[in-house]
Amino acid sequence: MEFGKLALLGFGPEGWGLVLVRAGLMTLAVSVAAFVFGLGLGILIAWARIGGNAVLRRLAEVYVVVLRGVPDILVIYLFYFGGRQVVTAIGTGLGFEGPFDISGFVAGMLAIGLISAAGQSEVLRGAYQAVPKGMVEAGRVVGMTRLTLFRRVIAPQAMTTALPGMGNQWQSVIKETALVSVTGLVETMRQVSVAAGTTQEHFLFYAAGAVIYLCITTVSDQIFRFAERRSLRGHPQGGM
Amino acid sequence: MDFTFLGDMFASLLKGLPLTLNFWVLSLLGGGTLALILNLMRTTRIGNAVAGAYVFVFRGTPLLIQIFMIYYGLAGFGFVRQSFLWPFLREPYWCGLLALILNDAAYTSEILRGGLRAVPKGAVEAGRVSGMTRFAILRRITLPLAFRQALPAYSNEVISMLKATALVSTITLMDMTGIARAAISETWRAVEILLCAAAIYLAISLLVTRFSAWFERRLSPWHFGRTTP
Amino acid sequence: MTLTRSTFLRAALAAAVALTAAPVLAQDKKLVFATEGAFPPFNMTRPDGTLYGFELDMLDEVAKRAGFEYEVISQAWDGMIQGLVDGKYDAVVDSVTITGKRLEVVDFSLPYTTGGSTFAVMKESGLELDGTGTFVDLTEEAPTEAAINAIAEKLAGKTVGVHVATIQADFLATYLEPKGVTIRTYPNGPDVYQDLMNGRLDAGMASVTNISAFLEKNTETAMATGPSFKGGVMGAGAAFVVQKGNAELADKISAALKSMSDDGTLEALSNQWFGMVVTPKL
Repeated sequence: MEFGKLALLGFGPEGWGLVLVRAGLMTLAVSVAAFVFGLGLGILIAWARIGGNAVLRRLAEVYVVVLRGVPDILVIYLFYFGGRQVVTAIGTGLGFEGPFDISGFVAGMLAIGLISAAGQSEVLRGAYQAVPKGMVEAGRVVGMTRLTLFRRVIAPQAMTTALPGMGNQWQSVIKETALVSVTGLVETMRQVSVAAGTTQEHFLFYAAGAVIYLCITTVSDQIFRFAERRSLRGHPQGGM
Repeated sequence: MDFTFLGDMFASLLKGLPLTLNFWVLSLLGGGTLALILNLMRTTRIGNAVAGAYVFVFRGTPLLIQIFMIYYGLAGFGFVRQSFLWPFLREPYWCGLLALILNDAAYTSEILRGGLRAVPKGAVEAGRVSGMTRFAILRRITLPLAFRQALPAYSNEVISMLKATALVSTITLMDMTGIARAAISETWRAVEILLCAAAIYLAISLLVTRFSAWFERRLSPWHFGRTTP
Repeated sequence: MTLTRSTFLRAALAAAVALTAAPVLAQDKKLVFATEGAFPPFNMTRPDGTLYGFELDMLDEVAKRAGFEYEVISQAWDGMIQGLVDGKYDAVVDSVTITGKRLEVVDFSLPYTTGGSTFAVMKESGLELDGTGTFVDLTEEAPTEAAINAIAEKLAGKTVGVHVATIQADFLATYLEPKGVTIRTYPNGPDVYQDLMNGRLDAGMASVTNISAFLEKNTETAMATGPSFKGGVMGAGAAFVVQKGNAELADKISAALKSMSDDGTLEALSNQWFGMVVTPKL
């Protein structure tokens, strides 16, 4: 590869630099949105599995098993091809006038979020169960309400246990966004494919794409590690 | 629902099952072997750095980009096309398998590393004291203990790889997902086809989950007779 | 703890945003056209993301004559028609050929190109098919059979690449696959040429217009070969695609195309982008 080709990654009018940066930011944005959506749903699922009634528990279990057993790309395709009917059904049900559409961003966020919720709920459930039973009992004995107990005893400890697992879930979310281009969202993977196809410089652009993903995963990994260290303050194994 | 269509669809999707299983089993075998080598490399300083960089790159980027880099990226270089590797890299099958192996090795090596770290020092010392060679210690003490420790995480990886094989459909291969995609563009009945394909993958991963739960119990003699693990 | 609380709030906020963003009412009068942006010279993408090509110029002129406002979005070919059926956009302009199977789910305007389809090979492969420069109409049985047999003989045991779910893919599956030719289908059109140049394919099949765009950049190394196939599974030319029953839009576009064909505008555009006339007299 001649070095002249690197100009294709530049920021001039003939360079793809600017659009690649923009696509990288889009990957980041859709990842954050999907992770947060997955977290909300994951909390509900974990809660259903821990404290729900038999029906809820069963439903939550089935959800996790199905979403973890089916290839992500099939889930995204299903969401893309079948999602609109569902959205329209919900929309008309709520009394809005159709037609309805969801943007590529929202579709990508929902699809990845649904997948991620299954994994996140497992991490959260594991973390909850790792809280020593004695502590919960102690809290109950001193007369804490359920909310206080959760807020002051369970959540702080569970969070420490859950952080590494949540870090892994976040990393998966970033990588899964590479599959959502079918929803029409121009994120990193779609942008490098277009650029590679147009310029016929496949290696150059896929390598550039890989670097963008590495930057996002590395920086966020550092942030999660920092959070982990902070959350371990005051613990016997802290300061590792 | 049109049951004849669903029946036909299942039949034609199952034609892709051998290829899916082929990719799955071979990438786990190849990835596992490479993971072991990566961990052995970690005993030297340079090897440790190389293995670390390898894991960093392959875990930090999406599998799809790795597949495209190997399939379209490498072929763009003249010297690759002249080399003895070209008869392999020319075929989408080998490109797909290579990408899956390299990807699996990165994840598996981290799982194995966690398992190795959990092997008690005392067990290794006991082996050394009783006069075992380094290889015997590795084979009879370290690896079995590490493997048992890593088993739950590894069974997750096994299922992840089953799901990952679906991505080879992007480089023209006709695995189950490839057949499903082609069928969608022919019949436009996306939802039914995708549900059929999803059901097959789900059935396989349920089998794996059951089997690995049984296997874990088998390998945990100290858990016999106890109701909670 | 504060972390969990604030992340939960953000989740709720995101969910709220998602819900409010969901209903996009179609009161927006701008018509939305979808294209692939990667099918030279019909539609291509500049580094800054803007689209250009024969179809974009033509669409601009059609819009002027039919008197509508429009915008163009790019969408991967995978799911292109599905998106139209779902109403994500009003029309598709992506060199989509009129076929009976597609007419079951969508409607078409009048066709704007009728070029036929042929094969591309690398010169160094030494592969050459008979009948280069001639036309074969697939509705005529005897000439079709003769041409197919001649091609099948040369291509038996070889691999031909084609863009997935296209008329060319249908053609290959119907006529050449039973005769021992291996067909490989690609999710993106340009990848066929990439693999042809990489030596993974012995030949590629595409529309004459698409192949000529590829040859323009690779005159030294590649060439077109074999007859150009028309009719039958090859359909009746490329046209604008609209939702089933949207006759209003289809008619508007057809009328504009007709007037462009009458005053020579369409022919001029064809010459400008293809260096030849591939547009029909409407």
